[in-house]
Amino acid sequence: MVDRRYLTYFDWGLLALTFLLATIGLITLYSAVMAGVPTPQEALFTKQLIWYGIGLAAMMICLLFSYKLMERYAWVIYGGSILLLVWAMFFGRTIAGSRRWIVLGPVSLQPSELAKIAVIIILARYYAKYVSGRGFTLRSLQVPVIMTLVPFLLIVRQPDLGTAGLIGLIAASMTLFVKIEKRTLSFIVGSGIAMALPMWFFFLKEYQRQRVLTFINPDRDPLGAGYHIIQSKIAIGSGFLTGKGFLEGTQNALSFLPEQHTDFIFSVLAEEWGFMGAALLIFVFLVFIFWALNIAYSCRDPFGTILAVGITAMIAWQAVINMGMVMGLMPVVGVPLPFISYGGSSLLTTMICVGILLNISMRRFMIE
Amino acid sequence: MSKYLKTVDSEWFRQRLIVVMMCVSMAALVLMTRLIYLQIIKGQEYRRMSLNNSIRLQSIDAPRGVIFDRHGNLLVDNRPSFDLYISLKDARPVDETLGRLAMHASLAEEELTERIAGVRGAAYYRPQLLKRDIGRNALAVVASHGYDLPGIDLQIQQLRNYIHSGLAAHLLGYIGEINSKELQQDIYADSRAGDLVGKFGVEKSLEPYLRGERGGRQVEVNANGQVVRVLQTVPARNGYNVYLTIDSRLQQRAEELLQDKAGAVVALDPNSGEVLALASSPAFDQNDFITGLSTEKWRALIENPDRPLNNKAIQGEYPPASTYKILNALAGLQEGVINENDIIFCPGYYRFGNRSYRCWRRGGHGAVDLNRALAESCDVYFYQVGERLGIDRLAWYAKAAGLGSRTGIELDHEGKGLVPTAAWKKKRFGVPWQPGETLSVAIGQGFNLVTPLQMAVFTAAVANGGVRYRPTLVKRVVSGYGEEILVNTPRVAGRLPVSPATLALVQKGLWEVVQGERGTARIARLKGTHISGKTGTAQVVNRETIEESEEGATTRKYLDHAWFVAYAPSENPQLAIAVIIEHGEHGSSAAAPVARELIKTYLEGAPSAPVVAAGAGEPGNG
Repeated sequence: MVDRRYLTYFDWGLLALTFLLATIGLITLYSAVMAGVPTPQEALFTKQLIWYGIGLAAMMICLLFSYKLMERYAWVIYGGSILLLVWAMFFGRTIAGSRRWIVLGPVSLQPSELAKIAVIIILARYYAKYVSGRGFTLRSLQVPVIMTLVPFLLIVRQPDLGTAGLIGLIAASMTLFVKIEKRTLSFIVGSGIAMALPMWFFFLKEYQRQRVLTFINPDRDPLGAGYHIIQSKIAIGSGFLTGKGFLEGTQNALSFLPEQHTDFIFSVLAEEWGFMGAALLIFVFLVFIFWALNIAYSCRDPFGTILAVGITAMIAWQAVINMGMVMGLMPVVGVPLPFISYGGSSLLTTMICVGILLNISMRRFMIE
Repeated sequence: MSKYLKTVDSEWFRQRLIVVMMCVSMAALVLMTRLIYLQIIKGQEYRRMSLNNSIRLQSIDAPRGVIFDRHGNLLVDNRPSFDLYISLKDARPVDETLGRLAMHASLAEEELTERIAGVRGAAYYRPQLLKRDIGRNALAVVASHGYDLPGIDLQIQQLRNYIHSGLAAHLLGYIGEINSKELQQDIYADSRAGDLVGKFGVEKSLEPYLRGERGGRQVEVNANGQVVRVLQTVPARNGYNVYLTIDSRLQQRAEELLQDKAGAVVALDPNSGEVLALASSPAFDQNDFITGLSTEKWRALIENPDRPLNNKAIQGEYPPASTYKILNALAGLQEGVINENDIIFCPGYYRFGNRSYRCWRRGGHGAVDLNRALAESCDVYFYQVGERLGIDRLAWYAKAAGLGSRTGIELDHEGKGLVPTAAWKKKRFGVPWQPGETLSVAIGQGFNLVTPLQMAVFTAAVANGGVRYRPTLVKRVVSGYGEEILVNTPRVAGRLPVSPATLALVQKGLWEVVQGERGTARIARLKGTHISGKTGTAQVVNRETIEESEEGATTRKYLDHAWFVAYAPSENPQLAIAVIIEHGEHGSSAAAPVARELIKTYLEGAPSAPVVAAGAGEPGNG
């Protein structure tokens, strides 16, 4: 049954890059959780290993059928993920003030993670159908805007501004990729500015303005985010050229780093492996993203191309935002580093994305 | 170009993908540059900073708001306390350091060791509290031996200071260290372990105002843990200052009058519901709770049968006794079951069913109308009013008068009291209501329970023409810069459902109680003003219990509670009062004089005269 060409066209390179990132991630996570204060939290490492297993399985399942089925069932996937979000809104578990988890026996999932993929698929379907080279106009953008807005607002309500913002960024990237008509683009940018300025000067209250400014510049909050950022910068900077060595990171060990195994895991890596390690990780991410964009190019089917671009945008944005944040270049938002940060739902999503990329890659002969 | 306008091909996508790749490369370049800046250019500096974890957070505590009475007399402020802290990381070897500290400052070494016994993990790197309020002498010694005591740190903390020890203790309350249950509550979201928060009284209920906002600073320390420079500071915001409605002169007088008695006094402004005095006796000294209560003192407080820790004015639930006749009269008149001229003959008892219900006056009152019935507190008259009304109509009026539910004053633990109905009894005991029980309730002696505060609010409503205000303790809340955060205005909780004519008749009867020839509270008369009121004598146990017990009827715990509710001046009420003296025997002899003296103090004194001798009120006078 299995077409032998699948094997011939199988993208071993992407798989190898995935395993490389997974290995870097697990090593760093091991260090981050073993230094856990007051006691090492090996359980977290084991959990992450299990999640990688589940992720690999999900990735393989993604290979079993052609990604073209996703185009046909895009609405089913999209509708299902919206239902899950609504379910989480009413019956989800609240952790740290945010109702974003669905509990299934021993595992809890964040439906907002799966919503990211659903939005990518539904937008890819729409854009593939109507892409024309002239660019999309305001009128033809109405549908994709609504498609993005529904899960976006549901996730804002949870509230999980990080993930919601990410969905917005992914949608914007995909839309820019399929081209927005020039006048439409300048209209959108212009009206955006025209609305933001009076909002800022007339509608926001002083304390709200302060909050936005603090968000953009965490240094304004020296006891909260600003403190986390300075500790993170010390951790990264103190890694110097070669790092302090595996399990030797002191900032990490002393719990001076916040969320050292989730959002701030990059600083653990940078502290222990130095510039060599951190630069290597950035480089591997870069190669991974180029590889994925190459898959988008080799796919001669608009849906496949746009889908691959959307998925790449997701991974690239998360990597850039996360690393930019811990290095003090960007506001502190809860965005995990793909492959590296601890967290089952995020890992599962990332692995499904790799599966879809592999799927598109190995079926490229079918269009040729 | 034109053929691309309709459809796209891989060349079009390729061009777009090249742009995408350029964007990604740019982002990678920015990240890489930043990495080089942090790790190569600034790497040495950050390495040095990481060696002694040199950036630390120090918090700046916000002074708690102070509390004034209605005339601006200071009741509660803060005084400095010198607290010893230890940073275990810097104090090594810890045992030796503690030994020297104990020796220099004459402290018990075991106590210090115990305090840090459980400290590990991240807390190891943060200063830990060793001892609070070490006093000025120990402070001088520790400060001068600083070189010998590595890692030992002195911090000045503001400690709560109740200026007049014991004054308004139940009302002001006290503060204490936050407990783990409170830490999980939303209103303490900004608090952390070790913080002092209100535990009782106004200190607790006004916590959100009184507590300020903690500030902090980011500091760089050297290897010895000493601050080298301050990087950033966020100033603390002081807690808001609170002006209570209390008149401390009246409060002090009320407490004097309750001295050596168990009981409570509530005095309200009947025209606004503002509480002018709210006293409960016996009381306690709040300062004991601040500096730490010894085991003996604590035991004495909790074992005292007169419950000094209870605020009897709001928590104490008593049978209202004859003060309930006010309500009974209002209901009877309004429902038309009696009118002012109806005469009822009182032979000293009332036969109902096969039982005889006694009047307090054995010989009987003879023929009484409403006015005399109130003035002389004739039980037989009100038995019959109650019988005609029935329990549920009486209960309806009681609930409309605010009985059986909390008044909503800004204090915790307020009692609801109890307004019995037929349905209530069926539900509670599973047996139907007996008509005879209505008679007991009618004279305030059945299942019914009220708090002194509820009676004061009800009395105020009778005095002011029927408006039931929600009693309040807070006049205004002001920020440290004088900005008004809250200005309290009177809030109407309800109105007595009676006509002005009905109310006037009852007011006349209450005037008669004090000013009339045969009133039960003639003892409460004051020169120069007219007082209206009603006495009450609440049985604590029924006569059978006393007869069965080994102790005699004169044992204190069997003596009746004495009630008196009053307002003055009768024509233009300025003060509404409820007094209860536990086991005071008779309302007329035990409670009425307390109310009289309070009214006298209130009407005589210049309203803004300061209460206390000069000097005692200065802030920070520790």
